[in-house]
Amino acid sequence: MIGSKLFRKIRRVSPLGMLLYLIIGLAALLWFVIAGMPFFHMVLSSFKEQFEIYNNGVFAWPEGFYLENYKTVLQGGFTTYLINSIIVVITSLILILFISALSAYVFSRLKFKLRSPIYALVVACMAIPIHVTLIPIYMLTQRIGLYDNIFALIGPYVAFNLPLSIFILTGFMMDIPGDIEESAEIDGCGKIMTFFRIILPLSLPGMATLGIYNSVNMWNEFSFALVLTQKPANRTLPLAVWEYQGQYTANITMIMTVLALTALPMIIAFIIGQDKLVKGMMVGAVKG
Amino acid sequence: MSPASTRSLSSRQRSIIGTAALFLIPAFVVLGVYMFYSIFDSFRLSLVDWNGVSPDKTFVGLANWQELIGDARFRLALLNNFKVVIFSILIQLPIGMLLAFFLDTAGKKANVFKVIWFLPLLMSSVAIGFLFKYIYDPAFGLISPLSRMLGGKNIDLLGNPSLALFAVIIVICWQFIPFYMVYFLAGLSSLPVEIYEAAIIDGATRARYFTAIALPMLKNTFINAVILSMVGSLKYFDLIYVMTEGGPSGSTELMATYMFKNAFTTMRMGYGSTVASAMFLIITFTSLITMNIMRRGGDK
Repeated sequence: MIGSKLFRKIRRVSPLGMLLYLIIGLAALLWFVIAGMPFFHMVLSSFKEQFEIYNNGVFAWPEGFYLENYKTVLQGGFTTYLINSIIVVITSLILILFISALSAYVFSRLKFKLRSPIYALVVACMAIPIHVTLIPIYMLTQRIGLYDNIFALIGPYVAFNLPLSIFILTGFMMDIPGDIEESAEIDGCGKIMTFFRIILPLSLPGMATLGIYNSVNMWNEFSFALVLTQKPANRTLPLAVWEYQGQYTANITMIMTVLALTALPMIIAFIIGQDKLVKGMMVGAVKG
Repeated sequence: MSPASTRSLSSRQRSIIGTAALFLIPAFVVLGVYMFYSIFDSFRLSLVDWNGVSPDKTFVGLANWQELIGDARFRLALLNNFKVVIFSILIQLPIGMLLAFFLDTAGKKANVFKVIWFLPLLMSSVAIGFLFKYIYDPAFGLISPLSRMLGGKNIDLLGNPSLALFAVIIVICWQFIPFYMVYFLAGLSSLPVEIYEAAIIDGATRARYFTAIALPMLKNTFINAVILSMVGSLKYFDLIYVMTEGGPSGSTELMATYMFKNAFTTMRMGYGSTVASAMFLIITFTSLITMNIMRRGGDK
Protein backbone atom coordinates (compact mmCIF):
# COMPACT_ATOMS: atom_id res chain seq x y z
CA MET A 1 0.00 0.00 0.00
CA ILE A 2 1.86 3.04 -1.19
CA GLY A 3 2.48 5.65 1.47
CA SER A 4 -0.82 5.42 3.29
CA LYS A 5 1.06 6.98 6.23
CA LEU A 6 1.98 9.96 4.12
CA PHE A 7 -1.59 10.13 2.93
CA ARG A 8 -2.85 10.40 6.49
CA LYS A 9 -0.42 13.19 7.29
CA ILE A 10 -1.41 15.37 4.40
CA ARG A 11 -5.12 16.01 4.46
CA ARG A 12 -5.60 18.65 1.85
CA VAL A 13 -8.86 17.32 0.59
CA SER A 14 -11.05 19.78 -1.28
CA PRO A 15 -14.87 19.59 -1.06
CA LEU A 16 -14.88 18.05 -4.51
CA GLY A 17 -12.33 15.52 -3.32
CA MET A 18 -14.50 14.76 -0.30
CA LEU A 19 -17.46 14.11 -2.57
CA LEU A 20 -15.31 11.84 -4.70
CA TYR A 21 -14.23 9.84 -1.66
CA LEU A 22 -17.83 9.62 -0.50
CA ILE A 23 -18.89 8.24 -3.87
CA ILE A 24 -16.02 5.77 -3.93
CA GLY A 25 -16.82 4.71 -0.36
CA LEU A 26 -20.48 4.15 -1.21
CA ALA A 27 -19.54 2.25 -4.35
CA ALA A 28 -17.22 0.09 -2.27
CA LEU A 29 -20.03 -0.67 0.14
CA LEU A 30 -22.42 -1.39 -2.72
CA TRP A 31 -19.95 -3.79 -4.26
CA PHE A 32 -19.48 -5.41 -0.85
CA VAL A 33 -23.20 -6.19 -0.85
CA ILE A 34 -23.24 -7.33 -4.49
CA ALA A 35 -20.22 -9.61 -4.01
CA GLY A 36 -21.33 -11.00 -0.66
CA MET A 37 -25.10 -11.30 -1.16
CA PRO A 38 -25.13 -14.45 -3.32
CA PHE A 39 -22.90 -16.25 -0.79
CA PHE A 40 -25.06 -15.07 2.08
CA HIS A 41 -28.18 -16.23 0.26
CA MET A 42 -26.57 -19.59 -0.51
CA VAL A 43 -25.51 -20.32 3.07
CA LEU A 44 -28.72 -19.01 4.60
CA SER A 45 -30.92 -21.05 2.26
CA SER A 46 -28.93 -24.20 2.96
CA PHE A 47 -30.16 -24.10 6.57
CA LYS A 48 -33.81 -23.94 5.55
CA GLU A 49 -36.30 -26.71 5.07
CA GLN A 50 -37.47 -27.22 1.51
CA PHE A 51 -40.85 -25.55 1.93
CA GLU A 52 -39.71 -22.59 4.01
CA ILE A 53 -38.75 -20.78 0.83
CA TYR A 54 -42.23 -21.27 -0.60
CA ASN A 55 -44.04 -20.35 2.63
CA ASN A 56 -41.90 -17.61 4.15
CA GLY A 57 -40.31 -16.06 1.08
CA VAL A 58 -36.64 -16.09 0.17
CA PHE A 59 -35.57 -13.25 2.44
CA ALA A 60 -36.83 -14.80 5.68
CA TRP A 61 -34.39 -15.95 8.33
CA PRO A 62 -34.30 -19.77 8.70
CA GLU A 63 -36.93 -21.01 11.18
CA GLY A 64 -34.41 -23.22 12.87
CA PHE A 65 -30.86 -24.31 12.33
CA TYR A 66 -31.86 -27.08 9.94
CA LEU A 67 -29.02 -29.50 9.18
CA GLU A 68 -30.89 -32.29 7.39
CA ASN A 69 -29.89 -30.92 3.97
CA TYR A 70 -26.23 -31.31 4.86
CA LYS A 71 -26.82 -34.80 6.23
CA THR A 72 -28.67 -35.90 3.09
CA VAL A 73 -26.05 -34.51 0.74
CA LEU A 74 -23.11 -35.91 2.68
CA GLN A 75 -24.72 -39.34 2.88
CA GLY A 76 -25.75 -39.27 -0.77
CA GLY A 77 -22.33 -39.90 -2.27
CA PHE A 78 -20.97 -36.40 -2.00
CA THR A 79 -17.74 -37.71 -0.51
CA THR A 80 -17.18 -39.81 -3.66
CA TYR A 81 -17.02 -36.64 -5.75
CA LEU A 82 -14.77 -35.05 -3.19
CA ILE A 83 -12.35 -37.98 -3.12
CA ASN A 84 -12.34 -38.17 -6.94
CA SER A 85 -11.51 -34.47 -7.13
CA ILE A 86 -8.69 -34.83 -4.62
CA ILE A 87 -7.17 -37.81 -6.47
CA VAL A 88 -7.35 -36.10 -9.87
CA VAL A 89 -6.00 -32.76 -8.68
CA ILE A 90 -3.11 -34.21 -6.67
CA THR A 91 -1.99 -36.68 -9.36
CA SER A 92 -2.20 -34.08 -12.10
CA LEU A 93 -0.48 -31.47 -9.98
CA ILE A 94 2.53 -33.69 -9.25
CA LEU A 95 2.87 -34.49 -12.96
CA ILE A 96 2.46 -30.85 -14.02
CA LEU A 97 5.04 -29.56 -11.56
CA PHE A 98 7.59 -32.25 -12.34
CA ILE A 99 7.21 -32.12 -16.12
CA SER A 100 7.20 -28.33 -16.25
CA ALA A 101 10.26 -28.15 -14.00
CA LEU A 102 12.13 -30.45 -16.38
CA SER A 103 11.21 -28.31 -19.40
CA ALA A 104 11.79 -25.02 -17.59
CA TYR A 105 15.30 -26.20 -16.73
CA VAL A 106 16.01 -26.77 -20.40
CA PHE A 107 14.63 -23.36 -21.42
CA SER A 108 16.34 -21.43 -18.65
CA ARG A 109 19.72 -23.15 -18.44
CA LEU A 110 20.69 -25.13 -21.54
CA LYS A 111 21.82 -23.27 -24.64
CA PHE A 112 21.22 -24.95 -27.99
CA LYS A 113 20.15 -23.95 -31.46
CA LEU A 114 16.42 -24.64 -31.51
CA ARG A 115 15.72 -23.49 -27.97
CA SER A 116 13.85 -20.26 -28.83
CA PRO A 117 11.48 -21.70 -31.44
CA ILE A 118 10.62 -24.68 -29.22
CA TYR A 119 9.98 -22.35 -26.31
CA ALA A 120 7.81 -20.11 -28.49
CA LEU A 121 5.79 -23.14 -29.55
CA VAL A 122 5.15 -24.09 -25.92
CA VAL A 123 4.18 -20.53 -25.00
CA ALA A 124 1.81 -20.31 -27.98
CA CYS A 125 -0.06 -23.33 -26.61
CA MET A 126 -1.37 -21.11 -23.80
CA ALA A 127 -3.90 -19.60 -26.20
CA ILE A 128 -5.42 -22.88 -27.38
CA PRO A 129 -9.10 -23.10 -26.44
CA ILE A 130 -9.97 -26.44 -24.86
CA HIS A 131 -13.06 -26.79 -27.04
CA VAL A 132 -11.03 -27.40 -30.19
CA THR A 133 -9.61 -30.53 -28.54
CA LEU A 134 -12.77 -31.74 -26.80
CA ILE A 135 -14.06 -34.09 -29.51
CA PRO A 136 -10.67 -35.61 -30.41
CA ILE A 137 -9.81 -36.15 -26.74
CA TYR A 138 -13.23 -37.69 -26.12
CA MET A 139 -12.64 -40.13 -28.99
CA LEU A 140 -9.08 -40.84 -27.91
CA THR A 141 -10.23 -41.56 -24.36
CA GLN A 142 -12.77 -44.07 -25.64
CA ARG A 143 -10.19 -45.73 -27.87
CA ILE A 144 -7.69 -46.25 -25.07
CA GLY A 145 -10.43 -47.55 -22.76
CA LEU A 146 -10.20 -44.77 -20.19
CA TYR A 147 -13.69 -43.40 -20.83
CA ASP A 148 -15.73 -42.90 -17.65
CA ASN A 149 -12.66 -43.22 -15.45
CA ILE A 150 -11.33 -40.37 -13.32
CA PHE A 151 -7.83 -41.04 -14.66
CA ALA A 152 -9.03 -39.97 -18.11
CA LEU A 153 -9.00 -36.41 -16.79
CA ILE A 154 -5.34 -36.40 -15.83
CA GLY A 155 -3.96 -36.24 -19.39
CA PRO A 156 -5.97 -33.22 -20.53
CA TYR A 157 -5.50 -31.45 -17.19
CA VAL A 158 -1.73 -31.88 -17.37
CA ALA A 159 -1.63 -30.82 -21.03
CA PHE A 160 -3.68 -27.66 -20.57
CA ASN A 161 -1.84 -26.50 -17.47
CA LEU A 162 1.65 -27.27 -18.80
CA PRO A 163 2.30 -24.30 -21.13
CA LEU A 164 1.62 -21.63 -18.54
CA SER A 165 3.47 -23.63 -15.86
CA ILE A 166 6.54 -24.01 -18.07
CA PHE A 167 6.41 -20.29 -18.87
CA ILE A 168 6.21 -19.27 -15.20
CA LEU A 169 8.87 -21.72 -14.01
CA THR A 170 11.26 -20.75 -16.80
CA GLY A 171 11.03 -17.15 -15.64
CA PHE A 172 11.53 -18.26 -12.06
CA MET A 173 14.57 -20.40 -12.83
CA MET A 174 16.19 -17.62 -14.88
CA ASP A 175 16.27 -15.57 -11.69
CA ILE A 176 18.24 -18.25 -9.82
CA PRO A 177 21.89 -17.14 -9.87
CA GLY A 178 24.14 -19.26 -12.07
CA ASP A 179 27.27 -19.39 -9.87
CA ILE A 180 25.97 -22.17 -7.61
CA GLU A 181 25.59 -24.54 -10.52
CA GLU A 182 28.90 -23.55 -12.05
CA SER A 183 30.74 -24.57 -8.92
CA ALA A 184 28.73 -27.77 -8.82
CA GLU A 185 29.65 -28.45 -12.42
CA ILE A 186 33.32 -27.87 -11.70
CA ASP A 187 33.00 -30.40 -8.89
CA GLY A 188 31.94 -32.90 -11.55
CA CYS A 189 28.18 -32.68 -11.21
CA GLY A 190 26.45 -33.49 -14.52
CA LYS A 191 23.47 -31.55 -15.93
CA ILE A 192 20.94 -34.05 -14.66
CA MET A 193 22.48 -34.11 -11.17
CA THR A 194 22.60 -30.31 -11.12
CA PHE A 195 18.91 -30.18 -11.89
CA PHE A 196 17.87 -32.56 -9.13
CA ARG A 197 20.37 -31.39 -6.51
CA ILE A 198 20.33 -27.63 -7.04
CA ILE A 199 17.72 -26.18 -9.41
CA LEU A 200 14.75 -28.27 -8.30
CA PRO A 201 15.10 -27.50 -4.57
CA LEU A 202 15.66 -23.80 -5.27
CA SER A 203 12.52 -23.68 -7.46
CA LEU A 204 10.20 -24.99 -4.77
CA PRO A 205 8.79 -21.55 -3.79
CA GLY A 206 7.89 -20.83 -7.42
CA MET A 207 6.37 -24.28 -7.77
CA ALA A 208 4.26 -23.74 -4.65
CA THR A 209 2.68 -20.56 -6.03
CA LEU A 210 2.16 -22.21 -9.37
CA GLY A 211 0.67 -25.25 -7.66
CA ILE A 212 -1.98 -23.11 -6.00
CA TYR A 213 -3.02 -21.60 -9.31
CA ASN A 214 -3.18 -24.96 -11.08
CA SER A 215 -5.07 -26.61 -8.22
CA VAL A 216 -7.80 -23.96 -8.17
CA ASN A 217 -8.17 -24.30 -11.94
CA MET A 218 -8.41 -28.08 -11.93
CA TRP A 219 -10.60 -28.19 -8.85
CA ASN A 220 -13.19 -26.13 -10.72
CA GLU A 221 -12.79 -27.65 -14.20
CA PHE A 222 -16.05 -28.62 -15.84
CA SER A 223 -15.88 -29.29 -19.62
CA PHE A 224 -13.53 -32.28 -19.66
CA ALA A 225 -15.10 -33.75 -16.54
CA LEU A 226 -18.52 -33.53 -18.20
CA VAL A 227 -17.42 -35.13 -21.47
CA LEU A 228 -14.97 -37.77 -20.30
CA THR A 229 -16.91 -39.24 -17.36
CA GLN A 230 -20.44 -40.50 -17.11
CA LYS A 231 -21.32 -42.36 -13.91
CA PRO A 232 -21.70 -40.28 -10.74
CA ALA A 233 -19.19 -42.58 -9.04
CA ASN A 234 -16.54 -41.44 -11.52
CA ARG A 235 -17.20 -37.73 -11.48
CA THR A 236 -15.51 -34.79 -9.79
CA LEU A 237 -16.87 -32.04 -7.58
CA PRO A 238 -18.03 -29.55 -10.25
CA LEU A 239 -20.18 -32.35 -11.65
CA ALA A 240 -21.68 -33.04 -8.21
CA VAL A 241 -23.66 -29.84 -8.56
CA TRP A 242 -24.72 -30.95 -12.02
CA GLU A 243 -25.90 -34.38 -10.81
CA TYR A 244 -27.68 -33.09 -7.72
CA GLN A 245 -29.36 -30.44 -9.81
CA GLY A 246 -30.97 -33.13 -11.93
CA GLN A 247 -31.98 -35.05 -8.83
CA TYR A 248 -33.37 -32.18 -6.73
CA THR A 249 -34.56 -29.67 -9.34
CA ALA A 250 -37.41 -28.39 -7.22
CA ASN A 251 -35.57 -28.58 -3.91
CA ILE A 252 -33.79 -25.23 -3.89
CA THR A 253 -32.45 -25.47 -0.35
CA MET A 254 -30.86 -28.82 -1.15
CA ILE A 255 -29.10 -27.39 -4.21
CA MET A 256 -27.88 -24.47 -2.13
CA THR A 257 -26.43 -26.97 0.35
CA VAL A 258 -24.56 -28.75 -2.42
CA LEU A 259 -23.25 -25.41 -3.71
CA ALA A 260 -22.14 -24.36 -0.25
CA LEU A 261 -20.36 -27.68 0.26
CA THR A 262 -18.52 -27.50 -3.07
CA ALA A 263 -17.37 -23.95 -2.35
CA LEU A 264 -16.31 -24.80 1.21
CA PRO A 265 -12.89 -26.42 0.56
CA MET A 266 -11.72 -23.41 -1.45
CA ILE A 267 -13.02 -20.96 1.13
CA ILE A 268 -11.22 -22.86 3.91
CA ALA A 269 -8.04 -22.81 1.81
CA PHE A 270 -8.50 -19.08 1.32
CA ILE A 271 -8.89 -18.45 5.04
CA ILE A 272 -5.75 -20.46 5.81
CA GLY A 273 -3.47 -18.96 3.18
CA GLN A 274 -5.10 -15.76 1.97
CA ASP A 275 -2.02 -13.96 0.68
CA LYS A 276 -0.50 -17.05 -0.88
CA LEU A 277 -3.74 -17.82 -2.69
CA VAL A 278 -4.13 -14.28 -4.02
CA LYS A 279 -0.52 -14.40 -5.18
CA GLY A 280 -1.10 -17.81 -6.73
CA MET A 281 -4.18 -16.66 -8.62
CA MET A 282 -2.18 -13.76 -10.02
CA VAL A 283 0.17 -16.21 -11.72
CA GLY A 284 -2.42 -16.55 -14.45
CA ALA A 285 -2.33 -12.85 -15.18
CA VAL A 286 0.87 -13.09 -17.18
CA LYS A 287 -1.02 -14.92 -19.89
CA GLY A 288 -1.41 -13.03 -23.12
CA MET B 1 36.02 -25.63 -38.32
CA SER B 2 38.61 -28.28 -37.68
CA PRO B 3 37.25 -31.27 -35.84
CA ALA B 4 40.26 -31.53 -33.54
CA SER B 5 39.92 -28.06 -32.01
CA THR B 6 36.19 -28.27 -31.42
CA ARG B 7 35.95 -31.81 -30.22
CA SER B 8 35.64 -31.00 -26.52
CA LEU B 9 33.13 -28.23 -27.23
CA SER B 10 31.01 -30.35 -29.50
CA SER B 11 30.89 -33.24 -27.06
CA ARG B 12 29.77 -30.78 -24.42
CA GLN B 13 27.17 -29.45 -26.84
CA ARG B 14 26.08 -32.99 -27.59
CA SER B 15 25.60 -33.73 -23.91
CA ILE B 16 23.52 -30.55 -23.58
CA ILE B 17 21.32 -31.57 -26.48
CA GLY B 18 20.98 -35.04 -25.01
CA THR B 19 19.87 -33.67 -21.65
CA ALA B 20 17.53 -31.17 -23.32
CA ALA B 21 15.88 -33.89 -25.38
CA LEU B 22 15.53 -36.17 -22.37
CA PHE B 23 14.00 -33.40 -20.24
CA LEU B 24 11.63 -32.19 -22.96
CA ILE B 25 10.26 -35.63 -23.86
CA PRO B 26 7.58 -35.79 -21.15
CA ALA B 27 6.19 -32.34 -21.95
CA PHE B 28 6.13 -32.98 -25.67
CA VAL B 29 4.51 -36.38 -25.34
CA VAL B 30 1.65 -34.80 -23.38
CA LEU B 31 1.35 -31.70 -25.57
CA GLY B 32 1.72 -33.81 -28.69
CA VAL B 33 -1.12 -36.16 -27.84
CA TYR B 34 -3.56 -33.75 -26.21
CA MET B 35 -2.89 -30.57 -28.17
CA PHE B 36 -1.07 -30.94 -31.48
CA TYR B 37 -2.68 -34.22 -32.48
CA SER B 38 -6.09 -33.08 -31.18
CA ILE B 39 -6.05 -29.87 -33.19
CA PHE B 40 -5.02 -31.77 -36.30
CA ASP B 41 -7.72 -34.36 -35.63
CA SER B 42 -10.32 -31.67 -35.13
CA PHE B 43 -9.63 -30.24 -38.58
CA ARG B 44 -9.64 -33.76 -40.05
CA LEU B 45 -13.02 -34.52 -38.45
CA SER B 46 -14.40 -31.23 -39.76
CA LEU B 47 -14.42 -32.90 -43.18
CA VAL B 48 -16.64 -35.84 -42.25
CA ASP B 49 -20.24 -36.55 -41.43
CA TRP B 50 -20.36 -38.75 -38.36
CA ASN B 51 -22.72 -39.39 -35.45
CA GLY B 52 -20.01 -40.43 -33.02
CA VAL B 53 -21.27 -44.00 -32.67
CA SER B 54 -21.46 -45.72 -36.04
CA PRO B 55 -18.20 -47.23 -37.29
CA ASP B 56 -18.24 -45.39 -40.61
CA LYS B 57 -17.51 -41.76 -41.10
CA THR B 58 -18.60 -40.31 -44.43
CA PHE B 59 -16.07 -38.00 -46.00
CA VAL B 60 -17.95 -34.91 -47.14
CA GLY B 61 -15.11 -32.58 -48.05
CA LEU B 62 -15.81 -28.96 -47.35
CA ALA B 63 -19.58 -29.41 -47.01
CA ASN B 64 -19.49 -28.76 -43.27
CA TRP B 65 -17.51 -25.58 -43.80
CA GLN B 66 -19.99 -24.45 -46.44
CA GLU B 67 -22.81 -25.13 -44.02
CA LEU B 68 -20.97 -23.16 -41.33
CA ILE B 69 -20.65 -20.10 -43.55
CA GLY B 70 -24.39 -20.10 -44.18
CA ASP B 71 -25.28 -21.02 -40.57
CA ALA B 72 -27.26 -18.16 -39.01
CA ARG B 73 -27.01 -19.76 -35.56
CA PHE B 74 -23.22 -19.74 -35.71
CA ARG B 75 -23.20 -16.11 -36.79
CA LEU B 76 -25.49 -15.32 -33.86
CA ALA B 77 -23.13 -17.17 -31.52
CA LEU B 78 -20.16 -15.26 -32.89
CA LEU B 79 -22.00 -11.97 -32.46
CA ASN B 80 -22.93 -12.90 -28.88
CA ASN B 81 -19.30 -13.81 -28.22
CA PHE B 82 -18.20 -10.37 -29.33
CA LYS B 83 -20.91 -8.76 -27.19
CA VAL B 84 -19.55 -10.67 -24.21
CA VAL B 85 -16.03 -9.51 -25.10
CA ILE B 86 -17.03 -5.85 -25.33
CA PHE B 87 -19.22 -5.74 -22.23
CA SER B 88 -16.67 -7.72 -20.22
CA ILE B 89 -13.97 -5.21 -21.03
CA LEU B 90 -16.23 -2.18 -20.51
CA ILE B 91 -17.66 -3.38 -17.19
CA GLN B 92 -15.01 -5.54 -15.56
CA LEU B 93 -11.91 -3.45 -16.12
CA PRO B 94 -13.14 -0.04 -14.87
CA ILE B 95 -14.86 -1.52 -11.81
CA GLY B 96 -11.84 -3.71 -11.10
CA MET B 97 -9.63 -0.63 -11.35
CA LEU B 98 -11.86 1.40 -9.00
CA LEU B 99 -11.93 -1.38 -6.42
CA ALA B 100 -8.15 -1.73 -6.67
CA PHE B 101 -7.78 2.01 -6.17
CA PHE B 102 -10.01 1.82 -3.10
CA LEU B 103 -8.02 -1.07 -1.60
CA ASP B 104 -4.72 0.62 -2.39
CA THR B 105 -5.84 3.83 -0.68
CA ALA B 106 -7.46 2.20 2.32
CA GLY B 107 -4.64 -0.27 2.97
CA LYS B 108 -4.90 -3.00 5.58
CA LYS B 109 -8.02 -1.48 7.16
CA ALA B 110 -10.07 -2.62 4.20
CA ASN B 111 -9.05 -6.27 4.45
CA VAL B 112 -12.64 -7.36 5.07
CA PHE B 113 -13.60 -5.81 1.76
CA LYS B 114 -10.72 -7.52 0.03
CA VAL B 115 -11.71 -10.94 1.38
CA ILE B 116 -15.37 -10.67 0.41
CA TRP B 117 -14.57 -9.13 -2.97
CA PHE B 118 -12.19 -11.94 -3.74
CA LEU B 119 -14.60 -14.79 -2.95
CA PRO B 120 -16.34 -15.11 -6.37
CA LEU B 121 -13.00 -16.00 -7.93
CA LEU B 122 -12.74 -19.16 -5.85
CA MET B 123 -16.06 -20.68 -6.83
CA SER B 124 -16.31 -22.85 -9.91
CA SER B 125 -18.21 -21.42 -12.87
CA VAL B 126 -20.67 -24.29 -12.55
CA ALA B 127 -21.47 -23.44 -8.95
CA ILE B 128 -21.79 -19.75 -9.79
CA GLY B 129 -24.02 -20.61 -12.72
CA PHE B 130 -26.42 -22.63 -10.61
CA LEU B 131 -26.36 -20.11 -7.79
CA PHE B 132 -27.42 -17.31 -10.13
CA LYS B 133 -29.88 -19.49 -11.96
CA TYR B 134 -31.75 -19.73 -8.68
CA ILE B 135 -31.19 -16.07 -7.84
CA TYR B 136 -32.75 -15.18 -11.20
CA ASP B 137 -35.57 -17.70 -10.77
CA PRO B 138 -38.83 -15.86 -11.53
CA ALA B 139 -40.74 -17.41 -8.64
CA PHE B 140 -38.22 -18.23 -5.93
CA GLY B 141 -35.18 -16.13 -6.73
CA LEU B 142 -34.06 -12.81 -5.31
CA ILE B 143 -34.86 -10.56 -8.26
CA SER B 144 -38.62 -11.08 -8.53
CA PRO B 145 -39.41 -10.42 -4.83
CA LEU B 146 -37.42 -7.20 -5.08
CA SER B 147 -39.36 -6.23 -8.16
CA ARG B 148 -42.66 -7.04 -6.41
CA MET B 149 -41.61 -4.94 -3.42
CA LEU B 150 -41.12 -2.03 -5.78
CA GLY B 151 -44.57 -2.64 -7.23
CA GLY B 152 -43.48 -4.52 -10.35
CA LYS B 153 -44.16 -8.00 -11.63
CA ASN B 154 -42.15 -11.18 -11.52
CA ILE B 155 -39.18 -10.89 -13.85
CA ASP B 156 -37.89 -13.89 -15.76
CA LEU B 157 -34.48 -12.61 -16.79
CA LEU B 158 -33.19 -15.87 -18.22
CA GLY B 159 -36.43 -16.71 -20.01
CA ASN B 160 -36.60 -13.47 -21.92
CA PRO B 161 -34.56 -13.59 -25.16
CA SER B 162 -33.87 -9.87 -25.11
CA LEU B 163 -32.62 -9.83 -21.51
CA ALA B 164 -30.97 -13.24 -21.10
CA LEU B 165 -27.58 -12.38 -22.58
CA PHE B 166 -27.31 -9.27 -20.48
CA ALA B 167 -28.33 -11.19 -17.35
CA VAL B 168 -25.60 -13.72 -18.03
CA ILE B 169 -23.00 -11.04 -18.74
CA ILE B 170 -23.74 -9.52 -15.31
CA VAL B 171 -22.89 -12.87 -13.71
CA ILE B 172 -19.70 -13.18 -15.76
CA CYS B 173 -18.70 -9.72 -14.55
CA TRP B 174 -19.53 -10.66 -10.97
CA GLN B 175 -17.23 -13.64 -11.33
CA PHE B 176 -14.27 -11.91 -12.96
CA ILE B 177 -14.19 -8.39 -11.48
CA PRO B 178 -12.23 -9.73 -8.46
CA PHE B 179 -9.59 -11.05 -10.83
CA TYR B 180 -8.99 -7.65 -12.42
CA MET B 181 -9.21 -6.05 -9.00
CA VAL B 182 -6.27 -8.05 -7.63
CA TYR B 183 -4.48 -7.74 -10.93
CA PHE B 184 -4.64 -3.95 -10.89
CA LEU B 185 -3.93 -3.90 -7.16
CA ALA B 186 -0.70 -5.76 -7.83
CA GLY B 187 0.09 -3.21 -10.54
CA LEU B 188 -0.63 -0.25 -8.25
CA SER B 189 1.49 -1.69 -5.46
CA SER B 190 4.39 -2.21 -7.83
CA LEU B 191 4.63 1.49 -8.68
CA PRO B 192 7.59 3.13 -6.88
CA VAL B 193 6.60 4.91 -3.63
CA GLU B 194 8.91 7.82 -4.48
CA ILE B 195 6.74 8.87 -7.40
CA TYR B 196 3.68 9.01 -5.18
CA GLU B 197 5.52 10.98 -2.50
CA ALA B 198 6.89 13.43 -5.04
CA ALA B 199 3.41 13.98 -6.48
CA ILE B 200 1.90 14.64 -3.05
CA ILE B 201 4.70 17.02 -2.09
CA ASP B 202 4.09 18.87 -5.36
CA GLY B 203 0.51 19.37 -4.21
CA ALA B 204 -1.33 16.65 -6.08
CA THR B 205 -4.35 15.04 -4.43
CA ARG B 206 -4.69 11.29 -4.15
CA ALA B 207 -7.29 11.27 -6.92
CA ARG B 208 -5.08 13.40 -9.14
CA TYR B 209 -2.13 11.08 -8.50
CA PHE B 210 -4.30 8.18 -9.54
CA THR B 211 -5.63 9.67 -12.78
CA ALA B 212 -2.58 11.65 -13.92
CA ILE B 213 0.28 9.40 -12.81
CA ALA B 214 -0.76 5.88 -11.78
CA LEU B 215 -3.17 5.19 -14.65
CA PRO B 216 -0.75 6.16 -17.44
CA MET B 217 1.99 4.16 -15.74
CA LEU B 218 -0.25 1.12 -15.65
CA LYS B 219 -0.90 1.31 -19.38
CA ASN B 220 0.77 -2.01 -20.14
CA THR B 221 -0.98 -3.73 -17.25
CA PHE B 222 -4.23 -2.42 -18.67
CA ILE B 223 -3.41 -3.66 -22.18
CA ASN B 224 -2.65 -7.12 -20.83
CA ALA B 225 -5.95 -7.07 -18.97
CA VAL B 226 -7.82 -6.22 -22.19
CA ILE B 227 -6.17 -9.12 -24.03
CA LEU B 228 -6.81 -11.52 -21.15
CA SER B 229 -10.44 -10.49 -20.96
CA MET B 230 -10.88 -10.81 -24.70
CA VAL B 231 -9.36 -14.26 -25.08
CA GLY B 232 -11.23 -15.45 -21.98
CA SER B 233 -14.57 -14.18 -23.29
CA LEU B 234 -14.13 -15.78 -26.69
CA LYS B 235 -13.59 -19.18 -25.04
CA TYR B 236 -16.41 -18.75 -22.57
CA PHE B 237 -18.50 -21.86 -21.88
CA ASP B 238 -19.18 -23.32 -18.40
CA LEU B 239 -21.36 -20.66 -16.88
CA ILE B 240 -23.60 -20.10 -19.89
CA TYR B 241 -24.00 -23.81 -20.52
CA VAL B 242 -25.15 -24.29 -16.94
CA MET B 243 -27.44 -21.26 -16.83
CA THR B 244 -29.18 -21.28 -20.20
CA GLU B 245 -27.60 -23.88 -22.51
CA GLY B 246 -27.51 -21.09 -25.07
CA GLY B 247 -31.24 -20.42 -24.95
CA PRO B 248 -33.87 -19.06 -25.03
CA SER B 249 -33.93 -19.40 -28.82
CA GLY B 250 -30.20 -18.88 -29.19
CA SER B 251 -30.12 -15.54 -27.41
CA THR B 252 -27.18 -16.59 -25.22
CA GLU B 253 -25.58 -19.01 -27.69
CA LEU B 254 -21.78 -18.79 -27.80
CA MET B 255 -19.38 -20.56 -30.16
CA ALA B 256 -18.38 -22.99 -27.41
CA THR B 257 -21.95 -23.88 -26.39
CA TYR B 258 -22.93 -24.30 -30.02
CA MET B 259 -19.95 -26.55 -30.64
CA PHE B 260 -20.73 -28.58 -27.54
CA LYS B 261 -24.39 -29.07 -28.40
CA ASN B 262 -23.62 -30.11 -31.96
CA ALA B 263 -21.05 -32.65 -30.83
CA PHE B 264 -22.55 -34.05 -27.65
CA THR B 265 -26.29 -33.36 -27.75
CA THR B 266 -27.31 -33.81 -31.39
CA MET B 267 -24.26 -36.04 -31.92
CA ARG B 268 -23.08 -34.34 -35.09
CA MET B 269 -19.40 -34.91 -34.37
CA GLY B 270 -18.26 -33.79 -37.82
CA TYR B 271 -20.08 -30.49 -37.78
CA GLY B 272 -19.16 -29.98 -34.12
CA SER B 273 -15.51 -30.34 -35.14
CA THR B 274 -16.04 -27.76 -37.86
CA VAL B 275 -17.42 -25.29 -35.33
CA ALA B 276 -14.53 -26.11 -32.96
CA SER B 277 -11.95 -25.61 -35.70
CA ALA B 278 -13.54 -22.34 -36.76
CA MET B 279 -13.49 -21.24 -33.14
CA PHE B 280 -9.80 -22.06 -32.96
CA LEU B 281 -9.07 -20.02 -36.08
CA ILE B 282 -11.19 -17.07 -34.96
CA ILE B 283 -9.61 -16.95 -31.49
CA THR B 284 -6.08 -17.31 -32.83
CA PHE B 285 -6.47 -14.56 -35.42
CA THR B 286 -8.41 -12.18 -33.20
CA SER B 287 -5.84 -12.44 -30.44
CA LEU B 288 -2.89 -12.09 -32.81
CA ILE B 289 -4.39 -8.99 -34.40
CA THR B 290 -5.38 -7.43 -31.08
CA MET B 291 -2.00 -8.14 -29.54
CA ASN B 292 -0.25 -6.52 -32.47
CA ILE B 293 -2.42 -3.41 -32.40
CA MET B 294 -2.39 -3.01 -28.64
CA ARG B 295 1.28 -3.79 -28.12
CA ARG B 296 2.26 -1.33 -30.82
CA GLY B 297 0.09 1.29 -29.14
CA GLY B 298 1.55 0.40 -25.76
CA ASP B 299 5.16 0.81 -26.79
CA LYS B 300 4.74 4.40 -27.89
